[in-house]
Amino acid sequence: MRFSTVLRHLREGFKNVSRNGWMTFASMSSIAVSLFILGVFMLLALNVSKLADQLDNQVQINVYLQVDVEQPKAEEIERTIKRIPEVKSVTFVPKAEGLKRFRESMGEEGKAALEGYENENNPLPDAFEVEAFNPQQISFIAKQIEAINLTDPAKSIAKVKYGKDTIEKLFSITNAVRNIGIFIVLGLAVMAMFLISTTIKMTIIARRREISIMKLVGAKNSFIRWPFFIEGAIIGFFGSLFSTLILLFGYSQLVKTTSATVGLYMIEFASIDEVRMLVGGTIIALGTLLGVWGSTISVRKYLKV
Amino acid sequence: MIEMQDIWKTYADGTTALQGVNVVIDRNEFVYIVGPSGAGKSTFMKLIYREEVPTKGQISVNGFNIGKLKHRKIPYVRRNIGVIFQDYKLLPKLSAFENVAFAMEVIETPRRLIRRRTMEVLELVGLKHKASSLPAQLSGGEQQRVAIARAIVNSPAVIVADEPTGNLDPETSWGIMNLLEEINFRGTTIVMATHNKEIVNTLRKRVIAIERGTIVRDQQRGDYGYEI
Repeated sequence: MRFSTVLRHLREGFKNVSRNGWMTFASMSSIAVSLFILGVFMLLALNVSKLADQLDNQVQINVYLQVDVEQPKAEEIERTIKRIPEVKSVTFVPKAEGLKRFRESMGEEGKAALEGYENENNPLPDAFEVEAFNPQQISFIAKQIEAINLTDPAKSIAKVKYGKDTIEKLFSITNAVRNIGIFIVLGLAVMAMFLISTTIKMTIIARRREISIMKLVGAKNSFIRWPFFIEGAIIGFFGSLFSTLILLFGYSQLVKTTSATVGLYMIEFASIDEVRMLVGGTIIALGTLLGVWGSTISVRKYLKV
Repeated sequence: MIEMQDIWKTYADGTTALQGVNVVIDRNEFVYIVGPSGAGKSTFMKLIYREEVPTKGQISVNGFNIGKLKHRKIPYVRRNIGVIFQDYKLLPKLSAFENVAFAMEVIETPRRLIRRRTMEVLELVGLKHKASSLPAQLSGGEQQRVAIARAIVNSPAVIVADEPTGNLDPETSWGIMNLLEEINFRGTTIVMATHNKEIVNTLRKRVIAIERGTIVRDQQRGDYGYEI
């Protein structure tokens, strides 16, 4: 294609965009809205999975012994756990310490409720806190610790607990967010495409005479099609650009105002720099693609070139 | 140049427009197509510039078997055929110059060539001084001249003119005919459908008469042959 032809197609594309003012506006808005919602879901999913990562790193295994396990037995178990190569450290938490922590976690009310459970009356078992070198080995280590019971007739280990539940819950939330998001976004994307193809159809109808003359004097089909593709791409690009700007601005405000609070819980948001390329890039690429797709549908249907 | 072998054309609605047409038109000929309305003249013309394809039979234009042409190749065949209509079919928002240049633009001619060639053909049709006028500012005859300029600007081998003088008064019509004859004289084959008895009988050329979808007469230096 000649350079002057490329310029011509671009010129024609922009001309078409301004020619169908309101329809262009409608298609751009629908692209912007649907991609904005897609962006919200993307940000949600991104942050939830980041959160999952962060929690992953804080995960440790709690090994609770039977209440009646004596000191020497506990030490033996501790040694066995330490022998597992993936284990980084083992901390013994005697029942008294466990009760103290429990009480602290209950706050003021708990103090009264837990009155009289000290010393011999302490219902809590001794426990170990086990940390792994690599959080992904947590469940593997947990299984090995559980296996200690197999060679122990007394079955001294009562329970092996780790953050499995929390992490799995988080992942199920992420998945739900993703699935709902996909449905909503698909619906909106179809609507956006429909609007774009209607806009392009109107352009084609408005230019029917011109197109028939182009065909008569021997314009190639691709030559006739290009301006319409460009029109679709322009609608898609600017619609998605608009939604990206709002999305990123909103997100940066959100991060700014809430990160102090959220920081207390030892978690942090995905940073705006991280999000800008990933979410912004995806949305703009998707929007432009949707625009071109919408116009392709119309061109194929109404142009019959 | 144009060759039709046993051409049949039946439209989707069941009307049969042409039934077994055989014709050969040589390079540089000037042919009138005459006949009553609805006899198949327009279909005959449309087959030449491949607006329609025959239901049966073979048609070749300028060496291309255009009935069997791939869609991709159609534009290249059309570049060799200039088409002129009764209603001019100019783009109302473009000036005379732009309307003519448009035909060169869409086949991706370099810009400087477009300017030179467009002015050249506008001069040939006698409208150089009205290059920047819009169609609405031109008379019917002038608009048809612009349409002719557009048809010849890419130097086609064939001009297909469907009643080019149909909307024009006699005097203007003669101007258009002189122009077409000039173009024919320069080496372009011209096929012209017409109802204009006076032109056919005065400017004697080959006459092909079509009635009810068949050629009923094919005569060199023929006359119109119908009473109006």
